[in-house]
Amino acid sequence: MTQTYLELRRKTEERDRSLHEKVVSLEEAAKLIKDGETLGIGGSTLSRTPMAMIWALIRAGRKNLSCSRSIVSSEGELLFASGASDHILTSWFSQGIVWGVSKVMRHYTESRKARFEEWSHMAVGLRFRAGAMGVPFLPMRSMLGSDVIRRLEDVREVDCPFTGEKVVLVPALNPEVAIIHVQRCDPYGNAQMDGLSFMDIDLAMAANRVILTTERIVTNEQIRRAPDQTKIPFFAVEAVVEVPFGCAPHECYGVYEPLFKHLDSYAAAIKKDPEAAMKQYLDRYFHGPKSWTEYLELLGLEELLDAARRGRSIYDD
Amino acid sequence: MTTETTPSYTASELLAVMSGRILTDGQVVFAGVGIPLLAATLAQRLHGPGLTILFEGGTIGAFVKPGELPPSTNEQRCTRRANMLLGSTDVLLLLQRGYVDVGFMGGAQIDQYGNLNSSYIGDPDNPTTRLPGTGGGNDISSLTQMIVAMKHEKRRFVETVDFVTSPGFLRGRTSRRDSGLVAGGMHRVVTDLAILGFDEEARRMKVLALHPGVTADQVQENTGFELLIDPQVRVTEPPTEKELAVLRHLDPDRLYIA
Repeated sequence: MTQTYLELRRKTEERDRSLHEKVVSLEEAAKLIKDGETLGIGGSTLSRTPMAMIWALIRAGRKNLSCSRSIVSSEGELLFASGASDHILTSWFSQGIVWGVSKVMRHYTESRKARFEEWSHMAVGLRFRAGAMGVPFLPMRSMLGSDVIRRLEDVREVDCPFTGEKVVLVPALNPEVAIIHVQRCDPYGNAQMDGLSFMDIDLAMAANRVILTTERIVTNEQIRRAPDQTKIPFFAVEAVVEVPFGCAPHECYGVYEPLFKHLDSYAAAIKKDPEAAMKQYLDRYFHGPKSWTEYLELLGLEELLDAARRGRSIYDD
Repeated sequence: MTTETTPSYTASELLAVMSGRILTDGQVVFAGVGIPLLAATLAQRLHGPGLTILFEGGTIGAFVKPGELPPSTNEQRCTRRANMLLGSTDVLLLLQRGYVDVGFMGGAQIDQYGNLNSSYIGDPDNPTTRLPGTGGGNDISSLTQMIVAMKHEKRRFVETVDFVTSPGFLRGRTSRRDSGLVAGGMHRVVTDLAILGFDEEARRMKVLALHPGVTADQVQENTGFELLIDPQVRVTEPPTEKELAVLRHLDPDRLYIA
């Protein structure tokens, strides 16, 4: 999957980088991602997960996506169980410590139906950063001496040419597509993020194409009044989709917290029989609803409102 | 302190109190989710108002609100009243640059040299259990002094871990430094039975203190390798009413202190 520097540049240079509108529907956005492509996923654990985009990809029947994310939670379980992905590169993969070790992750990796490629958290970050910088690798000082590095192929331990110290070189990671959810952006893709940005800025600049989902679309005039808040520039973005509650049942900083009751019942259901329970869950929540709005109706107004109240409370004293 | 009658507490509460006591005011601590987050917050509320807590989600100077513990160190609850929010890569780079005094994590499996495994139980090529992996654990333990808080069980304290996810002293002696890890290392392992450190030469695990009512034999019985015992082994003070009250106020739903 490694692309040469000139290929990487060509893909960027050939893109329409003019200031133009690129608002599409969730279904149209899903068509921009092809089976087997490399897919970078924004956010981390339960935060700013681009769930609506993942939901649309699974509904569209995408297969064999090779995914990467800083830390992977239940969206990874859904990607594996639906067959949308058979390879996830990340530093940590389970629903969350309060729910124990993921039975779904265990089922798919232990039976070798899917692969969980483990890198240290900083290594994942520096791989995206090298990708964003347009350099082939970055050096780092962790992973030395551990078994994590022994199981990885795309990594080199070298002596620094200046000091002679041992360092680890991790290669650039330039996903074909990145999917990132933000609080707001304009129709051109100028994206503003509140709270924790995780690896999303590096991911956006590393990827060949970025598909944004956003809680709301604002005008370009509004963006221009606070350009210091813009974290992803429009010319990196290929498509924009407005999806309220686009991370549910995960959280979107300052807008809503995770839907804990839903996540608790999901965790309880998959403990018994991961494969059957995941099929049931996907049928009910992913394939059943006619639209994202219907999906939100299934999650329930009461829980959504409670999550929104908790989400906004981060700005309270 | 007037602790004539010892209050009752759970193993998790004991772990949180004992590990929180090790942190000192003014330190910069990089804390993982669960007991470490709770213990660091407890220390901050009791004896360490100047303790700076970092989370790998990107928080500098966390001040977690009681009853609103986060499900990981990546949610908005981690950011309340913080001094600064960074990207995850940049907060991890603070470890590499040397800004962090102590890393603080839980552990699934540990060995006599303080190596931690959170990746595979059994043969990594054909594991009996695939665990969630390193997260920032490998970076933290590679780049700073470490405190680990974990339950003391024979199946968790093994002679050699199945997989070195987060390096301790590797194979002992100078092997950590020889591998290129020139900074940091295991400092303390806090369990529900004892406080352990590491011998200066061999870098093997050593009992430094026993919790009230625990014998050295009992610690050895629950350990899968031979422990060194400090000749001046101490007995820790039991958790006080105040420590337990603050702890339970922080985690009223018993999310971490089961």
